[in-house]
Amino acid sequence: MKELLSGNEAIARGAYEAGVKVGVGYPGTPSTEVLENFAKYPGIYAQWSPNEKVSLEVGIGASLAGARVLVTMKHVGVNVAADPLFTLAYTGVNGGLVLLTADDPGMHSSQDEQDNRYYARFAKIPMLEPGDSQEAKEMIGLALEISETFDTPVMLRTTTRVAHSKSLVEISDPVKVELKPYQKNAKKYVMVPGNAKLRRLAVEERMKKLAEYSESVSVNFIDRGDRKVGIITSGISYQYVRELLPEASILKLGMTNPLPEKLIKDFASGVEKLFVVEELEPFIEEQLKIWGIEVTGKDLFPAIGEFNTDLIKDKFIAAGLLPAEEAQKEAAAAGEAPVAPGRPPVQCPGCPHRGVFYTLRSLKLVVTGDIGCYTLGAAPPLEAIDTTICMGASIGMALGMEKAVPEMHKKTVAVIGDSTFFHSGITGLVDVVYNQGNSTVIILDNRTTGMTGHQENPGTGRNLLGQEAPAIDIEKLARALGINRVTTVDPLALEELKKVIQEEVAAGEPSVIIAKRPCALLSREKGAAYQVNKEACNGCKKCQRLGCPSLSFLKEEKKAMVDPITCVGCGLCAQVCKFGALTQRGESNA
Amino acid sequence: MRKSLNLLLVGVGGQGTILASKILAQVGLEAGFDVKMSEIHGMAQRGGSVVTQVRMGEKVFSPMVARGAADAVLAFERLESLRYLSYLKPEGSIIINDQAIAPVPVLIGAAEYPENILEYVKSRCPNTIVVDALREAVACGNAKAANVVLLGVLAKRLDLEKEIWLKALEAKVPARFLDVNRAAFDAGYNL
Repeated sequence: MKELLSGNEAIARGAYEAGVKVGVGYPGTPSTEVLENFAKYPGIYAQWSPNEKVSLEVGIGASLAGARVLVTMKHVGVNVAADPLFTLAYTGVNGGLVLLTADDPGMHSSQDEQDNRYYARFAKIPMLEPGDSQEAKEMIGLALEISETFDTPVMLRTTTRVAHSKSLVEISDPVKVELKPYQKNAKKYVMVPGNAKLRRLAVEERMKKLAEYSESVSVNFIDRGDRKVGIITSGISYQYVRELLPEASILKLGMTNPLPEKLIKDFASGVEKLFVVEELEPFIEEQLKIWGIEVTGKDLFPAIGEFNTDLIKDKFIAAGLLPAEEAQKEAAAAGEAPVAPGRPPVQCPGCPHRGVFYTLRSLKLVVTGDIGCYTLGAAPPLEAIDTTICMGASIGMALGMEKAVPEMHKKTVAVIGDSTFFHSGITGLVDVVYNQGNSTVIILDNRTTGMTGHQENPGTGRNLLGQEAPAIDIEKLARALGINRVTTVDPLALEELKKVIQEEVAAGEPSVIIAKRPCALLSREKGAAYQVNKEACNGCKKCQRLGCPSLSFLKEEKKAMVDPITCVGCGLCAQVCKFGALTQRGESNA
Repeated sequence: MRKSLNLLLVGVGGQGTILASKILAQVGLEAGFDVKMSEIHGMAQRGGSVVTQVRMGEKVFSPMVARGAADAVLAFERLESLRYLSYLKPEGSIIINDQAIAPVPVLIGAAEYPENILEYVKSRCPNTIVVDALREAVACGNAKAANVVLLGVLAKRLDLEKEIWLKALEAKVPARFLDVNRAAFDAGYNL
C-alpha cells in the first residue's frame, strides 16, 4: 500500500517497521514530527528529553540494553549532543542506533546553517542522506543494519526540504526484532584512557570496512545516461538534477561517509565533464579533489543557502549544460509590479510574551535573549531583545555582562522560555548562583514548547506518549538552586509586571521572574474582541507599539482599529491606551 | 489530464494553506499519480508568508515548483498573490481570495500595502479569478473553511472527477468538520 508521507513521517514509519523500540529526542524544526509520529505506533517507547545531549545518552543506554534506537534532533542540536556522540563512536552499540540530524539549508527556522555531514566525518561514523520520503523510510532500516553489522552509531541526515516534503511511500508490516542481551564489557563501554586507546584503533579498522561497504551499498547508484556530462550528487539535490538533466549520467550518493572511492573514480573516468551538486559545504567535492579528480562544484554552485530547481537551472545555463532562456523579457515585465512588502513572522494576537517585551522595551533594559517564539521579540516594533545565540545562552550571557561591567546587572535581564529553561537554562542559573551574580532571569512560561508546535516538556504535566507526568515546579526549582527572590507574575498584567521587573533588576542579588500564562494558541478560551471608540482615540499610535497583528491604524481617519476576527481579547491594548479608547465588546453595550 | 500538474498555495500562517495542500496531494494520490508536496513550516506559521507546493504526474522528481512553471496558484490573501505571481505559467490560472491581511511592517507604518494588486495581477494573467472565500465559508458555518472554498474553485477548473476531490476531503478533514467542509467545497465549486 502506498501512502503520501513527509520525510519525517516516513522516518517514523521506517523506524517502526525496522523494529525500533526506543525513540528519543528534543523538538527542533525540521526534525520534530519524526518522534511525534513514531510515538503513535504500538509497542514502542518514545520520549522528549530536556535536551539533545540527554536524548543521546538515553539512546545509548537503550542501545546497550539491546534495543534498536532512534535519536532525533535538528542540526544545531547535534552541537549539544556532540560530547557523548564522539565517544559513542568509540564504544559502538549493542542494539542499532541511528542519530537523525535535520539540517536546515536556507535557515527556514534556524539561527545558523551547518552541514552536519562534517560531524560524521569528524566523529568517524557512517552518514546516510535520503532524497525523498521512500528513501528516508528505507534508509532507517539500512542505517540500523549498518549500525549493528559494523558496531557503530549511524547518522541519518535530512534537510528541511526532505523532512517537510511529502511523497509516496510503500508501507510494510513491522519486522519482529528481539532485544539483544545486555553484556557487561568494560573494555568496550568504559572509555577511560586505557580502554579508549584500544577502541581508537577499532574505529579506524571499522572505517576501512565501511569504505569497502560503501562501494556496493544499494543507496549509492548510477543513473547511466549521456557520457558527456556526469553529476555526483546527494539528498534532495538529486531530484533537482534529475528533473533538469534527464539525459545526464548521475551518481547518486545515499551514503556520504565514508565515500566510495572506487565507484566515484570509475564514474568520473567514464564521463567527459564532472560536476558535484551538493547543498551547503563542498563535502563530497573536497574528497574528490584530494583524490586528484578534476571536478566543478562550488566554483559554480553556492555554499550558502538552499538549492532549488531555478537556482540549479541558472547555474547549468551558465555552465552551458542548458540553453539560455528569455529571462530578460520576464524580468522587464516584472519591473512594473507593485512592491510587495515583506511579511515576517510575528507573535500571535494574545501572545503572553508581548506584554513582557513591551515592558522591557519601555524600561530600556539590555535583554539577553534565547531560542523560541519569543525570539520574535527582537523584531520591530517591540525590538526588545539584544542577543540570540543558542538554546540556554541568555542566562550565561547576562552573567558574563555583569561580570565584565558590574553595573550592568541593574539594566540587564535574561529571558528564556520554559522548555528552553529545562533544555539548558538550569545550568546557566546554577552558574549565576554559584558565581554570585546578580542577574535577573525572566522565564517566559507559556506551558508548552511553542515554536516547534506545542510539544510537552518537563513543566507541562504530560509526556510525549500523552500520559500524565510529574510537572516540574519552576518556582521551587529556582529556590532549590539558591535563588531567594522568585516571583510569578501574569505577563498580561502590565502594571504589576513592570513593578516586579523594576524591583528585581534593582535588587542586589539574583532573581527569577516567572511570567506565566499559556500560549495563545493553546488556550481555548477566547475573550471578547476589543474595539476602538473613535471619539476617544486621538491617533497617538501607542497601541501600535505592541506589534499586535489584530491592531491596525486607519491613515485617513487617524484612528486605531481592531480586527474582531483575530483579536482574542487579551486586553494589552486597553492597558497601554491612555485615553480609554479601547474597550472589550460587550463592555460598552452592557 | 495533462502530463503533470504544478500547483502553488500561498497565504499567511494560520489560514489553512497546509491542510489545503494535504487535501490536494491526496487528490493526486487518489487519481493514481506520483505526488510530491513541499510544506516548509516552522517560524512562518506565526503569521508569516507561507507557500506550499504540490506536484503530480507520472513521475515527479523535485518537490518544488520552478518559477514560471505553476499551472495554477491558489492565493489565500491578496498581497501573497502578488509575491508569488512569477511562479505562474503565462497561460496558468490564479485564484485569489479577496482578503487583505496587513503584514506587521504595514501595521507599524514602515511599508505600504499596495492598492492596485488585483488590477496588476489581472493585467499579467488573463485567467485571474477573484472570490470572497471568507464570506462563502462563513455562510457555510465556519470561517476556517475558506481554504476548502478555494479548493472547490480550483476543482471546477481542473479535469479531475469531483468524486476524487470528495474522497480526498474525507481522508484529510477530521470527521466532525466534514459536513462544513463539504458545503464549503460545493460553494467554491459552484461559484
